[in-house]
Amino acid sequence: MEEIYFDNAATSQPSSKVIDKMIDILTKDYGNPSSLHLKGLEAERHIKNTSKIFSSILKVEEDEIIYTSGGTESNNLAIIGTARSYQRRGKHIITSKIEHPSVYQVFNYLEEEGFEVSYIENDSQGYIDLKQLKNEIREDTILVSIIHVNNEIGTIQPISQIGEIIKTVNTNTIFHVDGVQSFGKMPITPKKWKVDLFSISSHKFHGPKGVGALYKNKDVRLRPLLFGGGQQKGLRSGTENVPAIVGLGAAAYEIYNELNENRSHIYRLKNLLWEGISNNIEDVSINGPNIKEGSPHIINILFKDIKGEVLLHALEAKNIFVSTGSACSSNQPHPSDTLKSLGLTNEEIQSSLRFSFSKYNTEDEVKKCIQELVNIIPMLRRFKAGGRHK
Amino acid sequence: MKNIYLVKYGEIAIKGKNRYLFEDALLSNIKNSIKRLGKFHIKKEQGRILIEPENDIDSDEVIDKLKKVFGIVAVCPGIKNEEISMDSIKEMALSHMKSICQNNKYTFKVETRRSDKSFPLNSMEISRDIGAYLLKNMDGQLLVDVHNPQIRLNIELRNSVYVYSKVIPGPGGMPVGTNGKAMLLLSGGIDSPVAGWMISKRGVEIGGIYFESPPYTSERAKEKVIDLAKTIASYTGKFKLFIIPFTNIQMEIFEKCPHEQLTIIMRRIMMKISERIAKEENAQALITGESIGQVASQTIQSLAVTNAAVELPVFRPLIGFDKEEIVNISKKINTYEISILPYEDCCTIFVPKHPETKPKLEYILQSEKSLYNMESLIEEAVANKEIIMIE
Repeated sequence: MEEIYFDNAATSQPSSKVIDKMIDILTKDYGNPSSLHLKGLEAERHIKNTSKIFSSILKVEEDEIIYTSGGTESNNLAIIGTARSYQRRGKHIITSKIEHPSVYQVFNYLEEEGFEVSYIENDSQGYIDLKQLKNEIREDTILVSIIHVNNEIGTIQPISQIGEIIKTVNTNTIFHVDGVQSFGKMPITPKKWKVDLFSISSHKFHGPKGVGALYKNKDVRLRPLLFGGGQQKGLRSGTENVPAIVGLGAAAYEIYNELNENRSHIYRLKNLLWEGISNNIEDVSINGPNIKEGSPHIINILFKDIKGEVLLHALEAKNIFVSTGSACSSNQPHPSDTLKSLGLTNEEIQSSLRFSFSKYNTEDEVKKCIQELVNIIPMLRRFKAGGRHK
Repeated sequence: MKNIYLVKYGEIAIKGKNRYLFEDALLSNIKNSIKRLGKFHIKKEQGRILIEPENDIDSDEVIDKLKKVFGIVAVCPGIKNEEISMDSIKEMALSHMKSICQNNKYTFKVETRRSDKSFPLNSMEISRDIGAYLLKNMDGQLLVDVHNPQIRLNIELRNSVYVYSKVIPGPGGMPVGTNGKAMLLLSGGIDSPVAGWMISKRGVEIGGIYFESPPYTSERAKEKVIDLAKTIASYTGKFKLFIIPFTNIQMEIFEKCPHEQLTIIMRRIMMKISERIAKEENAQALITGESIGQVASQTIQSLAVTNAAVELPVFRPLIGFDKEEIVNISKKINTYEISILPYEDCCTIFVPKHPETKPKLEYILQSEKSLYNMESLIEEAVANKEIIMIE
């Protein structure tokens, strides 16, 4: 049975070009970029090459890219690094209620450390309240962190508009964007959008796991999280993961090289899936933004009276892989905060599934998935939890 | 002088004419438990089992393994010398004491047992002479205390001399394989692994049975049960785990029977399937982790109705235990941390809101009459079983 992978927002299949490049580096150019000899220089050149790729995609300077271990570290470094560096100017920081854990858990931590946090509300489609944002920014607000594309429902925040609002109210406030789900799916122009820090994760766009990047405007000072040999201008000590950084660069190059084709392809798949589901299955709805507005690769669907986890396993048995917004296990009483913030009940949250696409998916796969859903769902609905005997 | 482990066993030594069967089983179980740690020479010797490593081994690892072999009352790491003379005993005693004493002062006592009655000195005399010798040669580090010594130096004279001071308690019980075979119903919860461990401790060989209901239960739930089985196998030695696909049966019950009876009927069918597997496997009993009153399906009435589904005896070693007592054992045998992983029965779909707590067998039998497909569903489930060898 062919495998159908619709969980690309969790992670994506590495591109074969990326893998080949990485094997090449691991085999031949294994030097330490800090070494003075030729092997070191070779390795350094490979990193510079990735920086060149990012510089051209993001329209930023090469030395404004920091390499990290992934999205979580990029977000941590951006937020904690800013908070510690600018705390004398103020201890007020702002984020939204639909952030990824690698952002909101950091805010919780900083709140414990004595920072004052304002949380921006969002509407039922996941868009943050821009008026509230404008009102919350103060003289002592040092940081605003907003997710670009929400990982569960695909809402795209108007980053350019948000950047404008922030800098108009307080030009000194630093603007961080968690771009883990948006990079590779749309053009990203931090400088134009007045974004100071932008987090990127390699494995979301067919690169290797364990590597990510952080765009940092050169005027922003960050306090590092890791101390040691002073690599990457002291911002991130530790020998650079050269093969992974090369893989990251290759993946970024590949995805942006055919951005428009990829975009319209995955957007078509998303539409096709929703058409098939909404035309053939009763009591379904989209969680989050209108299908035309959300990110092309994510759709979150509520199947009424179905346990999302059961449906996930039923699809798994057909070799189709999707994701739930929440685990329905007793050990995790808090289902997805994002879905909750849209106004969904716990039961609705547990009945929701996320499908996320990549360029490797095909229309046939989507059709097969629709067919399986049409077969499975009536059966699962017949055995509804706590249902009465007829 | 060689490093050795003396293994003491209790209960099996009194089993009369069948004693050799128990000893051979223990010997073979010990062999299996430590075979991956190095080469050993293992033999019976007058009420002891003697383990001689043939190469350098990590002693802590060996002891950890032996502490899990049922039938072992104690493990004593010590030294052995084939030469039986006072000079050799003195040399052994001094060398052993030096190896266990740090720079502190210790109280000690020497205890001697001899089965070699031809030796010129008796036990008391040997103890006294060795004690005096040690006092003289340990630079004043030692002090005699015959009532409550910190170090009890044991000397055993058999066909060789053995010297040891540490007596590490083993799990007790009887060697696995000496008391028949039973099938354990493993759910992934806290209780069933403990029940299996307890029965296995009485020398019973076990096999495991797990009922899976995909898509209502996940692959991870199955992984968890396999991990639990592996932990149990670290005591029992390898065994077979049978995984029975159960979804169709549950649906059949769900469709045809009153919902308050779902759990009890489901459990009766699990028992029936288990009995079938038990007979195929030549097992003579079933084991469950039930304890009176813990949940609706474990009231005394429910247990009676469940029990009536099978002919084989059902062992319920936890029947009189409180949850806390069960939890304590599961922590001791290292199954607790696995059991509390959240994958178990993630979906409550087949659990009725108001389960029957005082079922009557006649009504249950009445309800089961509508399950006219059940026999073929059971056969299908048994035919589609998956068997995993757990080691």
